[in-house]
Amino acid sequence: MESIRSISVGPGSLTYTDFPWIIEHNEDRCVLCGKCAAVCPMESLELSYSRSRVPKLDILKKKRQSEYKVVVGIRQKTDTAHRCVGCGMCSMVCPNAAIGPRYNDNEHRTVFFADKKGDPYKRGGRKNQPGPTLLDRIVFDRISMLTDPALDAGRHEFYMNTVLGRVLPPEEFLRRKQSGEWIPPTREIFPFIIGGMSFGALSPNMWLGMLQGVAYCNEVLGIPVVMSTGEGGCPPWVLRSPYLKYLILQIASGYFGWDEIIRAIPEMVCDPCAIEIKYGQGAKPGDGGLLMGFKVSKLIARLRGVPQGVDLPSPPVHQTLYSIEESVGKMIQSLSTLFGFRVPVYPKISATTSAKAVLNNLVRNPFASGLCIDGLDAGTGAAYNVSMDAMGHPIASNIRECYLELCKQGRQNEIPLFAAGGVGKNGNITQNGMALIMLGASGIHVGRYIMQAAAGCLGNEKNRCNICNIGLCPKGITSQNPKLYRRLDPDQVAERVVEVFLSIRTEMKKIMAPLGRSQSLPVGMSDALGIADAEVAKRLQIKYVC
Amino acid sequence: MCRLALKSADDPFSPYEVLTAMEAMREGYDGSGLGLLLRGISFEDFNYKPNRPILSGIVQSEAALHRLNKFMEDRGFELRYDHEFDLDRRVLEVGDQYKYVIRVYRLPDDWSSKSEEEVENLLMHTRLDLRRDGEEHDGDLTVFSFWPDVMMIKEVGWPLQVGDGLSLHDGRIKARVVMAQGRQNTNYGINLYACHPFFIQGISTMTNGENTAFVPIRDWLLGLHKPGYQGYQSDSEVFTHILHYTLKELKLPLQAYKHIITPLKTEELEKHPSGDFLRGLRDSCRRLIIDGPNCVIGTLSDETCLMVMDHKKMRPGTVGGRPGCWAMASEMCGVESLVPDRDRSLDFQPMREHTVIIPPDRKELVIWSQFDPYPLAQAA
Ligand code: SF4
Ligand code: SF4
Repeated sequence: MESIRSISVGPGSLTYTDFPWIIEHNEDRCVLCGKCAAVCPMESLELSYSRSRVPKLDILKKKRQSEYKVVVGIRQKTDTAHRCVGCGMCSMVCPNAAIGPRYNDNEHRTVFFADKKGDPYKRGGRKNQPGPTLLDRIVFDRISMLTDPALDAGRHEFYMNTVLGRVLPPEEFLRRKQSGEWIPPTREIFPFIIGGMSFGALSPNMWLGMLQGVAYCNEVLGIPVVMSTGEGGCPPWVLRSPYLKYLILQIASGYFGWDEIIRAIPEMVCDPCAIEIKYGQGAKPGDGGLLMGFKVSKLIARLRGVPQGVDLPSPPVHQTLYSIEESVGKMIQSLSTLFGFRVPVYPKISATTSAKAVLNNLVRNPFASGLCIDGLDAGTGAAYNVSMDAMGHPIASNIRECYLELCKQGRQNEIPLFAAGGVGKNGNITQNGMALIMLGASGIHVGRYIMQAAAGCLGNEKNRCNICNIGLCPKGITSQNPKLYRRLDPDQVAERVVEVFLSIRTEMKKIMAPLGRSQSLPVGMSDALGIADAEVAKRLQIKYVC
Repeated sequence: MCRLALKSADDPFSPYEVLTAMEAMREGYDGSGLGLLLRGISFEDFNYKPNRPILSGIVQSEAALHRLNKFMEDRGFELRYDHEFDLDRRVLEVGDQYKYVIRVYRLPDDWSSKSEEEVENLLMHTRLDLRRDGEEHDGDLTVFSFWPDVMMIKEVGWPLQVGDGLSLHDGRIKARVVMAQGRQNTNYGINLYACHPFFIQGISTMTNGENTAFVPIRDWLLGLHKPGYQGYQSDSEVFTHILHYTLKELKLPLQAYKHIITPLKTEELEKHPSGDFLRGLRDSCRRLIIDGPNCVIGTLSDETCLMVMDHKKMRPGTVGGRPGCWAMASEMCGVESLVPDRDRSLDFQPMREHTVIIPPDRKELVIWSQFDPYPLAQAA
């Protein structure tokens, strides 16, 4: 027998029942193929053996004795670096349904040990708050039926596109048209936009798959879907391809990837859809982007012009600029100039109580083409847990406030508002998006939903997986490790992207038809909205229904 | 579904004719109100000069009438004619209106030095001030229009019954253009201001069907803070204001109305000779795109009449007639009743791209298509 003092149990020692996910392994069914351990991104599993006593009772000889045998099996590791994240990949590959993670609804103590080496816990994903969101609870209740029957979602022709770009007031448009002055550029796009997820945050296969899907939507199906690159530029060949017109190039405070973009300008065969200047991220205001060193592969390092394997935090503000007013004044104008005033340029900010002030500055800036507001439920590839869970402003009331402010000034079709942040968090992508549109958004940015629906991202709001930050994505979506991202077939992603947008389009019709709307996107059609919460109804200036 | 009828003829006729057309279209209709607009007016017992403004409305009490009189006198309007309807209160559903006002005024002397635009604005402000005054006094004074050569009557009830109650068949009032809407009560309460036709500065439209894009359009028009763009007690009232905005504020030709309320699709504009301009116009007027199964019928100060359908064209209107006499109605039988002696084979039902115009000379119909080149220098 070993003495108890020789077994090391330190302050940081944990048992597997202290972990958020417990691996359940059925030894009777296991054939020891080892697939689970091979697929596990966290290396949580180890094959281990133990000597086990098999009691033996020989009744005739009236003699008791033991036999010993060596048992080989799967064990869960109990250090936080190898914690099981509940992704379930092991159960996906197990031939005998012998293994799988179980959510530990007991208090799990890993939270106390997440700050290894004095670094607070970072993760990818979204605010871990399950349950219906506010957007989920909004209903569309203005059903057209009195003098006119509702439209037929299956047979009518629907016009569902939105406009990205500054729209002049009619008088000003006519004046400029007559005097031959500059008219700000606009783009007609599908209102659901693939939001900024950078090349770097996403694996090359994921990125390529999305781009293929977007191109198919545009060129074959005629759905003008566009996607934002996020910070970090995009592959050089894309910059020189006709696909550039489906891309919103993002410039963020780290300016990563912009060397490549600037170099490519003389060789661009078309203009990009738009330029998005990122000032803030809804999921972590006060932090810029953060690409952790795990994901800075050789390719990413080259594109971003940095050494391999270093953490790439973008500063939370544009360091060369003193204030948002100055940013708006300088960056929007210089980027417009860069692209010959042919490309809409707009900022993306995190939803905050000062969003309205930013908006009012933009309204007065003749070159500003829109405003993207990112709410606190937005997803991220890497953020400090505390930022993600506790910082920011919800999107619904923020977008509504901004829209009503524009209404007051009679300028609601001039600066289009785009909303992001937790849209489709529970899968209700079209409902959430349309609710935001009727609250006043011209369009919606979706990130995480696309990863989930088009590439099978396993993350959820119960802290399942959410390891996008460390480059170990079990599906290969957010990993720069070829061993992992080769798991993802770009063609299949493209197929799924197309399926997703086709479904969104169908669902949009199912919402618009009963409202009697088919000729224009119901932006600001707040008479169609109701919610069974009097306080929310009052705040959003929509109907209270129950 | 509301019933719409319009007749435009060289020879003035009784508005009762249009009410009988309304009766022809009565199937499937609940007759909850009547709105009438007359232009090119002649009175049997008064020699009306078409430059004099006519005030039309309803006064509910003697006190309100006094206030009206005082208001007009204070502003220097001189009453020239006060039409007394030969009322049959037993037939009227609402028997207790104190007085239906149709009055001709002479403009204040000091207005003669004002420009046409100033006079138009002052007339509108006078109407709005009166309307506000009525609203401040429990709605005892309702003013529908105050404009030269336009008169409006609105009342709750079956159209023909209202006509009988006001004795519109007696021939004392005649007009060259009569536009009538038989109201079907729909999404808003029964309110005389919610009753079509709507009127602003000589421009008037009426509509059937429901405008589902009402709230965004209303919000945008209100945001312009133009004095006349207010009230909005009906979802279709915004159609009139969009027409006013197109013609008076943007100073665009009538053809632009259709391009604003039901713009062409991008693919169509790509092939259109004025596509670039029209696309810009569509973007900047995006909030004014109407959405609903509507037929819009309207008239302008110069007696031009028009009809357009919304994009979906679920409620087709019909136009027919002969040189000198034309009719527009929401149902075929309405046209039939208004101009029976016409070549029926020339009846026309506008498609979603058409604007049908009866020009003031009433010689022939103009059918203008959105696919035709846009008629103005702006497009160049
Ligand atoms: S659920 Fe995922 S992280 Fe956990 S053991 Fe299985 S594969 Fe590894
Ligand atoms: S994949 Fe299944 S059968 Fe294979 S080792 Fe793991 S648990 Fe055992």
